[in-house]
Amino acid sequence: MTHKSAITLTINNRDHAIAVEPRRTLVDAIREDCGQTGTHIGCEHGICGACTVIIDNEPVRSCLMFAVQAEGKKIRTVEGLADGETLHVMQQAFMDHHGLQCGFCTPGFLMLAVGVLEREPDISDDDLLDVLSSNLCRCTGYQNIIKAVRAAAQKMRK
Amino acid sequence: MNAPTKGTGMKWVGRSIRRLEDPALVRGEGHFTADLPATHWVRFVRSPMAAGVINSITAPDGAMVITAADLRGVKKITPMLYKFNYRPVGQPILAEGVVRFVSEAVAAVVASSEEEAEDIADLVELDISETPPLVDAHDALKQGAPQIHAEAPGNIIVHGAHKTAGFVDAWASADKIIKVDARSHRQNATPMEARAAHAAFDKSTGRVTLTCTTQMPHVARTAIADLLGMPESDLRVIAPDVGGAFGQKMSLCTEYVLLVWLARKLKSTVAWTEDRRENLIASFHSRDQHVTLEGAFDANAKLLALRADVVANIGAYSCYPNTAGMEPLMAMAEMPGPYDVQQYQCLARGVLTNTCTMAAYRGVSRPVITFTLERLMDRAANAFAIDPVDIRRRNLIDTFPYTSVTGLVFDEATYKGTLEMAVKAIDVPAFRARQKEARAKGRHLGIGFATFSERTGYGSPAFAARGMAITPGWETVHVSVDPSGYVEARIGASPHGQGLRTTLAQIIADELGIPPDMIKVVHGDTDTAPYGWGTFASRSLVISGGATLIAARKVRAKLIRIASHMLEAAESDIVLEDNRANVAGTDRSIPIATMAREIYTQAHRFNGEIEPGLSESGTYDPPGTFSNACHVAVVELDAETGFVKIERYLVAEDAGRIINPMIADGQVHGGVAQGIGNALLEEIIYDESGGILTANLADYMPPTAHEMPTIELHHIETLSTQSITKAKGLGEGGAIGAPAAVLNAINDALTPFGVEIDTIPATPQRIRALLRGAPNSVRSRESGNPGATS
Repeated sequence: MTHKSAITLTINNRDHAIAVEPRRTLVDAIREDCGQTGTHIGCEHGICGACTVIIDNEPVRSCLMFAVQAEGKKIRTVEGLADGETLHVMQQAFMDHHGLQCGFCTPGFLMLAVGVLEREPDISDDDLLDVLSSNLCRCTGYQNIIKAVRAAAQKMRK
Repeated sequence: MNAPTKGTGMKWVGRSIRRLEDPALVRGEGHFTADLPATHWVRFVRSPMAAGVINSITAPDGAMVITAADLRGVKKITPMLYKFNYRPVGQPILAEGVVRFVSEAVAAVVASSEEEAEDIADLVELDISETPPLVDAHDALKQGAPQIHAEAPGNIIVHGAHKTAGFVDAWASADKIIKVDARSHRQNATPMEARAAHAAFDKSTGRVTLTCTTQMPHVARTAIADLLGMPESDLRVIAPDVGGAFGQKMSLCTEYVLLVWLARKLKSTVAWTEDRRENLIASFHSRDQHVTLEGAFDANAKLLALRADVVANIGAYSCYPNTAGMEPLMAMAEMPGPYDVQQYQCLARGVLTNTCTMAAYRGVSRPVITFTLERLMDRAANAFAIDPVDIRRRNLIDTFPYTSVTGLVFDEATYKGTLEMAVKAIDVPAFRARQKEARAKGRHLGIGFATFSERTGYGSPAFAARGMAITPGWETVHVSVDPSGYVEARIGASPHGQGLRTTLAQIIADELGIPPDMIKVVHGDTDTAPYGWGTFASRSLVISGGATLIAARKVRAKLIRIASHMLEAAESDIVLEDNRANVAGTDRSIPIATMAREIYTQAHRFNGEIEPGLSESGTYDPPGTFSNACHVAVVELDAETGFVKIERYLVAEDAGRIINPMIADGQVHGGVAQGIGNALLEEIIYDESGGILTANLADYMPPTAHEMPTIELHHIETLSTQSITKAKGLGEGGAIGAPAAVLNAINDALTPFGVEIDTIPATPQRIRALLRGAPNSVRSRESGNPGATS
């Protein structure tokens, strides 16, 4: 399994020309081949959601996708959320409401919440809770993550 | 007191300021160990068998595969206790001759990428002759059981016993003896970042830098240098951002030792990132205890005596530096909790088995003994036909200091105060009415209380009492104001989510009159941080916070002397605030930055009266204090499925002075979430051959947002006299109280069925099994229903 294919990944509007084995997961390619280490790996079996990124406007677990499958798609990672010095309202809300402790799961939660709210800005509180239960956090007990996402959702609707 | 000045006098302690840690983390700019590139990658080949003799290890041609034979001269990890009949057993870095648990590392493959290392690892052939495994601690205790380590006859690694002189008489005088047979199954702390290490050899100096996800960087350095026989100064250990730990990252990992050895051997950079499966089966486990607890009560339901038998299944080896004594001995010392009891008998044993090694996990032992004791209290209340709240009122300690039957000195706390606060907030009479109504409709609600103490912030005397060869406890902090007027605090603690960079900055800010955003707290690098014990056991804000306060007060005193000199005013008139030294009652004032620059760059102007520089050190080694809380869970139990939904959860907490309420509440939320997971969901399951059936996060289930109720928090602040910041620790309390409250609530809901559950996790399967055998089973309760047949 050493044959590598040349592909281009478009991450946060920047093209990365890389060569990867067909078996390379997208998250490994994002982190190791493209050097974007803000996306984290928590389980590599699609349960914890730490590796969530947004692909063509959908939140996706990047450990469950091969890098070659992402060619030609628009990939957004946590590094692309802020506009220069200005944080995305979701990032700011996580800080304001103490929605993170160790910060390891945070990029995944941010991308999950942003991806869903961009797609469905008027999502109900109950449905939002359903969405947020897709990812695992071991530090916060979720209460402040929920609070942060609900607060950001209100701002994103404005 | 100083006279008022025109400054704002802004105080920082007690305010919920945003965390200084967060901007980098929300931008994805944190630095975690696995982010580092490496030349060589390691994959461990692990034992598929729980017990066996290694006949051969065959590596594919040309592959670099390290085995125990390559590691001659490397010492075994052999933690030591000098008390409690502890038997030291050694753990080789790679299995030597025999394997003792499924997933024990037998060989290490080194290759140029992770993928290649994994491919080669799949080709390494292990020839192991299986021997009969011991999975259950009670099997390991049987006469004639195989010996897991020759050094520990009967597989007992630690054996503690305690009996008070008046025990027999008190027992004989009891009105009622109440018994609980409690079982805590094995759990895994499951930090979202699994273990990872990266060792880099520096050819110019011969030093190795080990970057790893750990709670104790200095202890790792001391241990690894000793095992490898290298000067400790040639090893630098860095704990960068650490993605959660909860105790699992305290203990020394064989893998980290091997990485340093490899970096020196290859004179190169070597990395290892654990996958989730390895973390679940091969890192460290916890909470595996069987506790039999009996209470002797007088006719007024006052506890006279306790008798406990603790069997902790500690796995195949002893964790470093705490040792396998940690779980059973903490159970023995703290079993009576916050209840007044004068007589006590306890036998606590740590038992070796062919399972993964047990180590620390948030709360260590106390989640188990608290749910056991709290079940005992509820069961006794039932036996005496009194309210569960009343039995607690009759038995909680309320005069301080209180010396426990095991010699622990409890400082001022609010055991009864938090109980009454919780009882009022939850409105027990309204709940009972609702419960009655619901029962009539076939719905089963339950309420459960847990009142408990959380021993926190204890220094070296507490660890020395355990007889530990490595005795942690104290902390040192260096606080410097640099010539630009900014502050740096270097600490020996090693936070990983607790927000210490923020809370310690708040403490310093109030002393120096410099705002927290100008204060940098530096930690986790043995080259820059003073020697320290790291972050665990709800200790850091108390001990490192105390050391910070001591150092900051020295800096403050020096700043006042400098200001006095430069402003030609009496020291007693100097007020530090808003980045300036002001002379009270005047408009004379000088920026702290100007004073700082002066004491470094114009030191001669102080005529030798004040030493150059602005750097001070503080060390703190406190006796320890006790936080306390009352947790209340309200649950609904579905008798058809055994599913438990937590409807309401309330915590009345007293952790002394709160430095940052937002961060303190976050610690409670997270602890409760883990406690609820431990109580309902999380279990490492071994089959009888010692294989693990729960090796992914779909089978081992930490709670999601769905399982978590909103936690209502209420606070009392009893300022601690045993902590100079007046703060008590609170990192573990949430996890300690939740299993007890949840189990008591489930049992309250089960009352109509005449069954009780004293096992965690109380899974739907376990609850259904009980209900199927219940005297008042669902079926018999529905016997009027002709459709209810087999």
